[in-house]
Amino acid sequence: MTEIIGSVINLDLMARYGPRFLDGVVVTLQLVAISFLLGGLLAVPVALARLSKSGVLRALAYGYVYFFRGTPLLAQVFLVYYGAGQLRGAFEAVGLWTFFRDAWFCALLTFTLNTAAYQAEIFRGGIQAVPRGQSEAAFALGLPRWVAYVKVVFPQALVTALRPLGNELILMIKASAIVSLITIYDVMGVTRLAFSRSFDFQVYLWAAALYLILVEAVRRLWAAAERRLTRHLKPV
Amino acid sequence: MNHYLELLSFGPGGWGDELARGALVTISLALVTLPFGLILGLVVALGQRSGNRLAHKAAIAFTTVFRGLPELLTLFIVYYGGQILLQKVAGLFGYGAQIQINSFLAGFFALGLVLAAFSSEVWVGAFNAIPDGQREAARALGLSAGLSFRLVVLPQLIRIALPGLGNNWLVLLKDTSLVSTIALADLMRQTNLAVGATKEPLFFYFVACLVYLFFSMLSGGLLGRLEERLGRGQTRGAA
Repeated sequence: MTEIIGSVINLDLMARYGPRFLDGVVVTLQLVAISFLLGGLLAVPVALARLSKSGVLRALAYGYVYFFRGTPLLAQVFLVYYGAGQLRGAFEAVGLWTFFRDAWFCALLTFTLNTAAYQAEIFRGGIQAVPRGQSEAAFALGLPRWVAYVKVVFPQALVTALRPLGNELILMIKASAIVSLITIYDVMGVTRLAFSRSFDFQVYLWAAALYLILVEAVRRLWAAAERRLTRHLKPV
Repeated sequence: MNHYLELLSFGPGGWGDELARGALVTISLALVTLPFGLILGLVVALGQRSGNRLAHKAAIAFTTVFRGLPELLTLFIVYYGGQILLQKVAGLFGYGAQIQINSFLAGFFALGLVLAAFSSEVWVGAFNAIPDGQREAARALGLSAGLSFRLVVLPQLIRIALPGLGNNWLVLLKDTSLVSTIALADLMRQTNLAVGATKEPLFFYFVACLVYLFFSMLSGGLLGRLEERLGRGQTRGAA
């Protein structure tokens, strides 16, 4: 049995780099999960600014969203990571250098800002899709603006946003591979390391299998969550 | 301020000409990849809709794989894998020298596969939006299967798919930046070189972002015009 597997998979290589690949999976998932959540929190005020009555707020939010959606994530990551080094003096003065010195934090910051721009557009679409009568009814019942938004508008907007949010999460998992270019050992980083030492091409195929499994698992989990969260909308 | 203008000047002291040449490589790679990816995507979409089970399964597998893999990984697999494959094939013919794949070609192929996978979903959606009656009417008029596709289905298909394909194009434009990692002298790579030589990362990466932004804006404007033109026979605002 081992011989058959051994003829397809380089078992020595697997023994040497298998554990590191698992570490890489953890790094990838951590980075994506944290930036996706923080980005979601940041996206709410940005989406509200996009819908605000104030022209200044709208323009600022639009500029932010346009910049992060219109430029490659790779350029954004390099801008933050290498650009931070140039501002070292300033960051040291305010005590933020330990943060910006670390490639992981730079990646986290860039990803958060990037996904916030995409999620803001998703939330904006969701909020706009809630019929006006819903908020009017809430106001007519005497609910304060704030409560009307949190209890009536947002929950319905989130239902519309669930599917595109799932797509954005999957895009983030795939996009996270570029952090391997700024010295982070995520799945892709470990793959590049293993390839540069062994010159065995199959490590790239392992990485491909790992990413496909990751993406498929997340897709299914998200679909299950979506079914559960929208069960009240299903026809009986 | 003058310092930065000098950095962007054309000629030996500035990086303006290098960046412009890089931008040209970026835009030509994207433009060359576009038809390849879109047509392959249409073929995959036809496969996905076909009654042939093998074609259907193959199309599903294709989109699952290339939508699921990170673009960077697809690029590396095509670049390094293609090199190894060619070397093996050449070895069979007794040709043992080292083979280097052209990085433009690798980028074209890898990004084209990704574009095909994503655009095939758009094509399938557009197919579903065309009422069956259109094709049936075309056949009833005596048009052959090929003609009814070309004269009746395809024009509507393109109009319906255009907004989705426009998004695919914008994603492709940004994804070209990844080929800088396999040493193609695109905008991103030229920017990296400029940063290495001048130690001005903030300035140069910001300039690169602005150039990408400019391309996105230009595309957005052109796509809007195209949508308007293709939709000119359509009634709007009714219903």
